[in-house]
Formats: sequence, C-alpha cells, structure tokens
Amino acid sequence: MGSEIMNKAKYRSPFKMFKELGILLALLALCAGLSIASPYFLEGTNLINILRQISVIGILAVGQAFIIISGEIDLSVGSVLALGGVVAAEVTAKGVDPILAVLIALLVGGLAGFTNGILVTKFRINSFIVTLGMLSVARGITLLITGGMPISFNSVASFLGGGYISVIPVSVIIMFAIVMLGHFFATRTVMGRNIFAVGSNKRAAELSGINVVKVKLINFTVMGILAALSGVILAGNLLSASPSSGSGYELDVIAAVVIGGASLAGGEGSIIGVLIGAALLGVLRNGFVLLNISAYWQVVAIGVVIVAAVGLDQLRKH
Amino acid sequence: MAEGTIDARLDLQGISKSFSNVQVLNKITFKCLHGEVHALVGENGAGKSTLMKIISGVYRLDEGKLMMDGEDRLFNSPREAQAAGIAMIHQELSLAQGISVMENIFMGHLTNHPLGLINYKDLASRTLKLLAEVGLKGVRPEDIVSDLSVSQKQLVEIAKALSLDAKVIIMDEPTSSLSMIETENLLSMVQKLKQQGISIIYISHRLEEVFQISDRITVLRDGISVGTWRPEEVTPAKIVALMVGREASETLPVFHECQKDLLLEINDLSRPGKFANINLSLCKGEILGISGLVGAGRSDLALAIFGVESKVQGSIKVQGRLITIKSPADAIKAGIALVPEDRKLQSLFLGMTVGENIVIAETEKNHSFATIDRKKELAVSNGFIEKLKIRTQSSQQKIEYLSGGNQQKAVLAKWLLCNPQILILDEPTRGIDVGAKEEIYLLIQDLAKQGVGVILISSELPEVLRLSHRILVMREGRMAGELERSDATPEKVMLLATGQNE
Ligand SMILES: Nc1ncnc2c1ncn2[C@@H]1O[C@H](COP(=O)(O)OP(=O)(O)OP(=O)(O)O)[C@@H](O)[C@H]1O
Ligand SMILES: [Mg+2]
Repeated sequence: MGSEIMNKAKYRSPFKMFKELGILLALLALCAGLSIASPYFLEGTNLINILRQISVIGILAVGQAFIIISGEIDLSVGSVLALGGVVAAEVTAKGVDPILAVLIALLVGGLAGFTNGILVTKFRINSFIVTLGMLSVARGITLLITGGMPISFNSVASFLGGGYISVIPVSVIIMFAIVMLGHFFATRTVMGRNIFAVGSNKRAAELSGINVVKVKLINFTVMGILAALSGVILAGNLLSASPSSGSGYELDVIAAVVIGGASLAGGEGSIIGVLIGAALLGVLRNGFVLLNISAYWQVVAIGVVIVAAVGLDQLRKH
Repeated sequence: MAEGTIDARLDLQGISKSFSNVQVLNKITFKCLHGEVHALVGENGAGKSTLMKIISGVYRLDEGKLMMDGEDRLFNSPREAQAAGIAMIHQELSLAQGISVMENIFMGHLTNHPLGLINYKDLASRTLKLLAEVGLKGVRPEDIVSDLSVSQKQLVEIAKALSLDAKVIIMDEPTSSLSMIETENLLSMVQKLKQQGISIIYISHRLEEVFQISDRITVLRDGISVGTWRPEEVTPAKIVALMVGREASETLPVFHECQKDLLLEINDLSRPGKFANINLSLCKGEILGISGLVGAGRSDLALAIFGVESKVQGSIKVQGRLITIKSPADAIKAGIALVPEDRKLQSLFLGMTVGENIVIAETEKNHSFATIDRKKELAVSNGFIEKLKIRTQSSQQKIEYLSGGNQQKAVLAKWLLCNPQILILDEPTRGIDVGAKEEIYLLIQDLAKQGVGVILISSELPEVLRLSHRILVMREGRMAGELERSDATPEKVMLLATGQNE
C-alpha cells in the first residue's frame, strides 16, 4: 500500500543529517577569517593555547550537557569548581599524599553534586533553585576554608593542570578523553539513551521502567566530580587555588551546551556539539586578543553568538 | 454533484501537501455543506489529520485552493482559522495541563475587559453550561486539567471547541477514549449543532458512529480522495474495502478456553479517592475485560498494579507469590507490562526515533551501563514495523511525525517486545483503524493462547465483549459486578456500569 509514498523518503537534507554541521561550519568560518586577519592565529602555540583555555569549560560542559538533556540545569558548577581546587590544595598542605588529596577533592565535588541531585529528585525542588543555592553555599564554604586567600598548589598533581605530554597540555588530553567518553556514553549506552528519554518525557520514562531518580542523581553527581576535577586543573595550571576561581563559569558552560545544539526543554543535545560550542567561544575570545579589540566588545560578541546560534538552530528545525 | 458552490461552507480544491519530500496529500477535493455532518474515514496514515490541520491553519498547503463561503481563504495560524469560524478538536489532546478547566476552555478569549481583567464567576458559569452540554459530570470549572482522566480531558476539548461559536467544527477522533454513554451524548450533541446550521467534519475509526450520524462520507486512501458517498449508498464493509483498496476478508472471531492456573491475584486493593476494595484474579491465558464509564477508576487501577500510584493499600500476588511493586521497574521485573491510555503524555518520546521508542522498555532490563546493540535494535524494530504494519519512513524517523494510529502501534510494539506474562492494555486500539484493529485482536488472542494473562480495559464495548473470557464492571471506584462471557451482553454491562440495576 503506502510503500510508493514511502520510497520517496530516502532524500534527507545534509543539514538535518548531521545536526552539528551548522555550528561546525560557523566555527570553521571563524577560524578561516581569523587566519586571514592575523598571521599568528594558525601558529601551533596559539592553537594549543586555545585548546588549553577551553579545556576547563569543555570538561564542565560535558557534565552540563547531560544535565540539560535530562531536563534540569546546574548553576553551581563554578562554585563547586573552586571548592574542588581549594580542597585539593588545602588537604595537600596538611601533608596528605597529593594524589589522595585530588581524590578527596573529587569526592567532595561528587558529594556537592549528589546533594543537588537529592534535593531535586527527592524533595522535588526545581534544579534552578537548588543549584542557585549550591552556587552560594559552595562558594561560601570555599571562602571559609581559605579565609578568602589563595592557597598554593604545587605538587605532583599540578601536572593535571600545568603539565605537558610532548607538546600537548595534559588538561587538553583530559578534556578530549572526557568528551570521547561522554559521546560514547550518550550514544552507545542504555543509560545514555535513558537520559534523553527522561528529558523528552519524564512520565513516559517512568512508565517504561526507567529509574528517573537514579538517572538524575548520577547526572548531578558526575557533574560535581567533573567540576571538582576542573578546579584541580585550574589550580594546577596557576599553581595556586583561588577561592574566587570559576565564578561566572556557569554561564559560559551553559552557553557552550546550547550553542552545541542542546535544548533547555530537555531531550535534545549532543556531546560533540558541546565540544564545538566550547571551541567556538574559545576561538572567539582568542580572536579578540589577537586583533587587539577591547575585551568589552568580546563580552558583547559572546552574547550575540549565543542568541544567534540558538536562533539559527530553530530556523534549521522549522 | 448536485450541490452548488453557494451551499458549500468549505470547498477544498486540489489540495496537496508534502513533508520533507514525502507526499502526504495528493490533489484532494473535499466539500462540506452548511449544517452537514461530513465524515472522513481512512486507514492510519491516510492523511485525515493532515488535511484537517490544513483547514484549521496548523499547516500551510503546498498546492490547491481553500474556499470558505465562496471566498478564497488561506489561514496562516489556528488563530486566523478560529477567527474565521473554524474550530478543531485535535486527535492528540492539547490542553494546558497545569491550569484550570475554565481557563483552558476559554484560552485565547478569556476576557474582553479593556484592562484584561478576568471575571472568573462569569467564566465559571459559562463553563458549567458547556460542561453540561458535553455531558461531563463531576468536574468543576476550577479543577486543574492534569487531574482529569483522558476521557474527561477529551470532553473538555469538545467544550472548548463549542465555546468558540464556530461555523465549522472539526472533530478528529473525538470518541476514541469515550465510553458508550458519553459517545451517545456526543452524537446527539452533533445532531443539535447540525440543526443550528453548523458544519461538522467528523473523523472516526468507529464506523457504526459514522453511519449513525453522517450525511456524507468521504474516504481517503494514501493521501488520495477515493470518493464521497451518502451512508445509504454504501455499507460499512464497502467503506472498509474502499479504505484499504481491496475487498476486506472477514476474519472469523476465534476463541479458546483459558487455563486454570492462577497468574495474578489482587486482594482488597485501594487507593483513597480513586478506587476501593478491588479484588480480582487472572488466570494464564485469560483475557479479562474491565468495563465502566469515564471516571470509574479503571485506569487508576491499572496504574496502581503497575506501581505508579503511591499510597496504594492491599496485596498483589503473581503466581502465588506475594510481591511488592513500588515502581514500574518492579512491575516489569515481575513480568507485567502496561500500555497506558494516553500515548502522548504517558508513552511517547516524541523527539526520539520510532526504533528507540520501541526498544526503550526492553533495554532498560539490562544493567544501566550496558552498551546498545544497534544491529539487534534495528532488526527488532524493523520486525515490529513489519508485523504491525507501522507506517513510517524508517525506524530512524522521529515518532513525532507518525500519524496517531501508527504511534499507538509503536507503543504496543514496545510492550510486546518485553514478553510480559501479564499484559495490561488500557485502550489498546485507541485511534487504530478498522483493519489494523482486527490484526491486533488476533495478536492479543494469540498471546493469550501462549499463556499470557491479559487485562483489557476498553471503552469500546464490542471490543471487550468479543475478546474477554470474563468481564469486570467498575463504577465509581468499586467493583460493580462480574459477567461470564456466556452471559455478557451490552445491556447487562451498561446496567452494571451505570448502577441502574440496583
Ligand atoms: N509533520 C509531519 N512530518 C512528516 N510526516 C508527517 C507529518 N505529519 C504527518 N506525517 C505523515 O503523513 C501521513 C498522514 O498522517 P495523518 O496524521 O494525516 O494520518 P491520519 O489519516 O490522521 O491517520 P490516523 O488514523 O492514524 O490518525 C503519515 O504517514 C504521517 O507519517
Ligand atoms: Mg489522525
């Protein structure tokens, strides 16, 4: 019967086939433009520099992507990042083995995320509110630990943030590893797909036997761990853990995620897209520096890019 | 044709529509007269809803002409169509869940006060009148929509369309979740509207209704209009043949005796405010029908067995073992599956593919970090697409773009894939066309023959009477009675359901 109608369906616009294509093209166009405008842009050191700068946002954005896909949001990532860095530095300063200190920091970050998750799932408080609270609480604890002063962080663990393997910064390797793992998780595991299902229709997910509480708890906990890891990387890079590090990062992270094609309504998004989104923001920043344009313009431009990217994505869909 | 253009309220000429290069409507010509009830029938995916969405301004036509009262019209949005006097009751319920019944009914025209102030008292009284008209009892204007059952929501949708004082009302499967009494009420309401000169376009897979109320019947097949007939010129069998494009072979109802091994035992199950003291037992291979009116608590009972409702008291035994079911996951582990009544809210992941929708409950049985076997998934979902004749471009198509009946088939596939021992079906054939329904009946009977216990909740009495070994009737949250297959008649079921036997 309807087969005749159906056979015509093979054609698909390439634009829809690879949904990250639009944003990838934007990134490539930006790179092309910058390489013409500045001879330094394509130099190896500059490119590596960009990658190092986006590594922290990239790592955070992978965690945030899963949270946003599941229909929630985490605003506390910047504060948990600072907490992670400070805990690692402080525990190391107390004479604990540096590697163990990092693990303790990750544990603390995971705990913060888990707390977010419990409040969202068990107490049914909106994640915007919960994590807005955590943003303040985690920052406050960080300030209490440090008394407001940076703590020196110079141990073998600083290698995570400042080290290189050959010419590649370790933090960049970590970021790529996490992106790859995240991509695999999102597209190839049952749990990853369940995250999409929960964000797409929570009620239907429950009725399909999916443990929605578990999905969200895991998401928030992983986010906390990734935030703490980012804190350790950032502290390692600067050889000091500052209680004010990471403030405002939540907005960059969310920006990277939505530029990468995720929908704040949940159920949609991709990890590859997130990486491209983070790269776009990084290249844009780098371009302003290279071209010597006022940093204030950079702030304006990033705002425009966020709205334009999401707007174009909407056009693509309709 | 005899009727001139002056009489035609709506006159569609050569309408075509494609979605991403797939032609869904092909040069459709369709006319609806003043005060006419015009039925539109066709298989799942024939293009009925799409055509109606073009009339009501949801979609733009690619080709063709839409005339209303002799004037060339083009509606760019549902709002424009409404302003022109076209109201549509959509197949998928589209009420705003979090707000009240009256606000939903009057949404978009809540007030004409210059400052936008709303007179809730007036709104409530107008709502009450509309609710009475559609025969919805026990619902107050200020009730929140998300607390209503699917059929109650359906009636609210109808009231909403009435509130628009439209010249044309399009009803896309309005009775798919209504029981006999509400359906009768709706049909007599349609007659009244017709006498007021309102034109009704009526889509339904229930051909008895179609023959009962329509002045003319148009058949669509694969996006083509096959023709228009008066009911006295055709028979239901002829219509079915026109729908599928060949003579339909009559399938004889087969029936088998069920075994006597007890599969499911429910003792004194209660959920305050929903249902109380329910006892039931289900044997291997038995099909147990549950009948009742809207709001009798049948779906709540199904959800409770499936572990969705909290605060449930009573005990559930599966194969003689007492089990606690705290979540759907527990129920699935115990071999229970539930096809819930509202596919859009409770079943579908609209943004995901047909294949993903089919496999999602089955894969959840694996441990969480199991990897996905795409080849196997593709094979499995293609198998079901073929078996249930799900009309889709491929298993990779987003399920959002399937027609209502085809979405329902995918939901059935999802639960059949889980190989349940106990299958609870809540309105399983909602929105499914006549031919496919037969096939699904055979499928259900086949499963039962293999020993699966089936609980069949349906507002379609013929369906329950035909398939069930026994029929339980619920009324206002209680068991009103039980009928054996041999002495179940529509009258007896209705008497129990309405309580007029007492
Ligand atoms: N937005 C869309 N994008 C792509 N395809 C679509 C879209 N809407 C409908 N279709 C396709 O058009 C065809 C006709 O769909 P339609 O919903 O009109 O069928 P229908 O006759 O109402 O069926 P049913 O009886 O199941 O409700 C289907 O094959 C469907 O997959
Ligand atoms: Mg339809």
